[in-house]
Amino acid sequence: MKKPATKAGMRKKRRLYLMFTSLAVLGLAVLLVLNALEDSIRLFYDPTEIVEKGIKPGQDFRLGGLVANDSFERHEVGGILVNKFIVTDGNETVDVTYEGLLPDLFREGQGVVAEGSMNSAGVFVATEVLAKHDENYMPKEVIDSLKKRGQWQRYKSTITNKAGAS
Amino acid sequence: MSAELGHVFLVLALGMAIIQAIFPMIGAARRDGRMMVLGPPAAYGQFIFTVGAFLALTYSYLQSDFSVAVVARNSHSLKPLIYKISGVWGNHEGSLLLWVMFLALFGAMVARFGRNLPKSLQARVLSIQAMVGIGFFLFMLITSNPFDRLANVPFEGNGLNPLLQDPGLAFHPPFLYLGYVGLSVAFSFAIAALIEGKVDPAWARWVRPWTLLAWVFLTIGIVLGSWWAYYELGWGGWWAWDPVENASFMPWLVATALLHSAIVVEKRDTLKSWTILLAIIAFSFSLLGTFIVRSGVLTSVHAFATDPERGLFILMFLALVIGGSFLLFALRSDRLQAGGLFAPVSRESGLVINNLFLSVAAAVVLYGTLHPLLSDAILGIKSSVGAPFFNLVFGLLMIPLVITMGFGVHLKWKRARLKAVSGKLKLVTLLSLLAAFMVLYVTYGGGIMPVVWMGLGIWLLLSMLQELANRIKLFKVPLKNSLDRLRRQPRSSWGMSLGHLGFAIGLIGIVATSYWSQEQQKVMPVGDSMTIGEFTLTLDDVVAVAGPNYTAVRGAITVTDKDGNHYMAYPESRTYVASPMTTTEGAVRTTLSEDLFIVIGEMQGSDRWGMRVYYKPMQVWLWIGASIMVLGGFISLSDRRYRIGSPQGKKTSQKNKGKQAHAV
Repeated sequence: MKKPATKAGMRKKRRLYLMFTSLAVLGLAVLLVLNALEDSIRLFYDPTEIVEKGIKPGQDFRLGGLVANDSFERHEVGGILVNKFIVTDGNETVDVTYEGLLPDLFREGQGVVAEGSMNSAGVFVATEVLAKHDENYMPKEVIDSLKKRGQWQRYKSTITNKAGAS
Repeated sequence: MSAELGHVFLVLALGMAIIQAIFPMIGAARRDGRMMVLGPPAAYGQFIFTVGAFLALTYSYLQSDFSVAVVARNSHSLKPLIYKISGVWGNHEGSLLLWVMFLALFGAMVARFGRNLPKSLQARVLSIQAMVGIGFFLFMLITSNPFDRLANVPFEGNGLNPLLQDPGLAFHPPFLYLGYVGLSVAFSFAIAALIEGKVDPAWARWVRPWTLLAWVFLTIGIVLGSWWAYYELGWGGWWAWDPVENASFMPWLVATALLHSAIVVEKRDTLKSWTILLAIIAFSFSLLGTFIVRSGVLTSVHAFATDPERGLFILMFLALVIGGSFLLFALRSDRLQAGGLFAPVSRESGLVINNLFLSVAAAVVLYGTLHPLLSDAILGIKSSVGAPFFNLVFGLLMIPLVITMGFGVHLKWKRARLKAVSGKLKLVTLLSLLAAFMVLYVTYGGGIMPVVWMGLGIWLLLSMLQELANRIKLFKVPLKNSLDRLRRQPRSSWGMSLGHLGFAIGLIGIVATSYWSQEQQKVMPVGDSMTIGEFTLTLDDVVAVAGPNYTAVRGAITVTDKDGNHYMAYPESRTYVASPMTTTEGAVRTTLSEDLFIVIGEMQGSDRWGMRVYYKPMQVWLWIGASIMVLGGFISLSDRRYRIGSPQGKKTSQKNKGKQAHAV
């Protein structure tokens, strides 16, 4: 082996290499993360925010709220199922269309989160409807939105009434 | 009565845990053997009492005793037996009970199999196990007692969420928890080592089998969960980067890193502080994972328990365990003797690079999971981070990891030559380039990434096979001789080979199903048909059927491939009686080349049916690869050298040294 003095030096040098490699990988990862985040973060809006913020057509985001009662209808266009329903936060409403089978848990009067964008006619075209939660569970964003619009107590009382009646 | 008994058992187990936490620790500090020997009996006692509590709760479920709040909320008298049992842990309170039962089990195992450990080390490990246990017992008794009774006893229970009524999910939590909790042993060993101020190859040899055991269970748990999501949720995916999935994946990534870094400690007596840190992080992720699922802090499909009141306790507990151990690490890690230096090109360097990418990947997943939470808390912006983010960043980080893997297994300890290895891999590289070009030709116009990944996957597979071939000197000595060598391979090297081969096979499956899946939807009446890929599906009939606790519509579909072979598929859409809810039971046909996944949906008020079909090439390879990895883990565990907790005396270790020097 080499002399002790060089050994200590070598240890230092190798440690430095290791640190530089680690920092380089970490830095690269951070760059990647920031870059990828920009494209794949979906902001969440409720119907009131869509109106307030004037969301432009074509911008992808997540819409959340309650499926308005008696608003759900479906048609068949050339073998493809087209669903139409209205999402409300008790204050504003948005018309939504979605092509394809809806998840098992989709129901009127319940919370829903959908991903997609507004078209030029002011209709939200959903590319994905997320209602994978169970029948008692509400998406956290929708709860917050309902609370903000002062609709939460009313929603809760309708749910408990239903549960009491059944 | 059984609920009260269970409650008493729980309190008694807490008492045992307190004894186990205090006396061995003091005894180890004072070198007082009489106090240290209290550890093992207390660990056995704690285990027996928690099993008692668990059995009491199970009994309440089997009896459908709806005076117990948890049973009333989550069970139903008409539920099949297996789901009555799995219902025990299908909810917040019960799953915590399962958690502590496993924690006590691992404590008892350390007591039983760790008899050859240095007395003070064993005492400290047991004490730290018990401290974690105390936290959980208190959490249960204060905020989520599974044995609470109801004042008004209902006639019928609420029923278990139908989505959870599936064999895949019945056994997914127990394995996941065994994995989470298994990492507590590595954690306890790490903390004990920090207190003792000593980490050496012997320590690594003791920690590794426990980590491997936890890793195997964690792998089984994650794969079962993924398998359940694939078959039961019926959206054709097996991984969605959902917060709960990430919560189980992060400890897996770190445990994988730990598994590899412990080898470096064992073989080269270096990388000690890092290994200790990984053990702490792995268990911290386990705790985080347990509570992410249980607290509903993150919006998630799995948020069955949304109860912020428990949040405070959880936060305090996490801060205490994670913060405390990091503080201890900061204070004591400089006492660990720094290890020797090593060459930039060597087996140990390869393992360091592996660790680097695995931990950066875990950090990325952590950030992506927490980003929505942070942006909401700090900026008040509600957002979500979708799968594209994870796929892109995680995928890119995996490329160098795979390359390191393929090279790393050929590198020698201490000092290796890159040139020699790339020379060895020439044929393998050539073959996989050829395969990549074939993929490019067949899927021309489908993007470059699938080609790169397929090439990498095949390269990794071949490289692992070549490593095995080199080890048994295939074609260099007579075949019989080679087979002899193959038979005499130590089990730990079989474990390594199978673990890596399984990873490569799974990777190939993942690439194929991720990039080349197809999906078709159509609404159609009976008698109509649709096509996907080379298959034609004809809806022959739809009938109503009744199950034990549901009613369903069942489609009868003839599937014909391009050669005219056909088979029948019977997908169902079920409506459960107890909770008005529908689930889809897809009809899946699995072959080595593809899965065909058919889902039927009901269209009320018309005699037309919504059909959804997924074509998933090589999906089954993913499960096969994962199974091989698990098998490798078990085989490695059965190696004499790693027999759980039985550290070898000097004699045996020297005897085996020559034979196993090259094994990992």
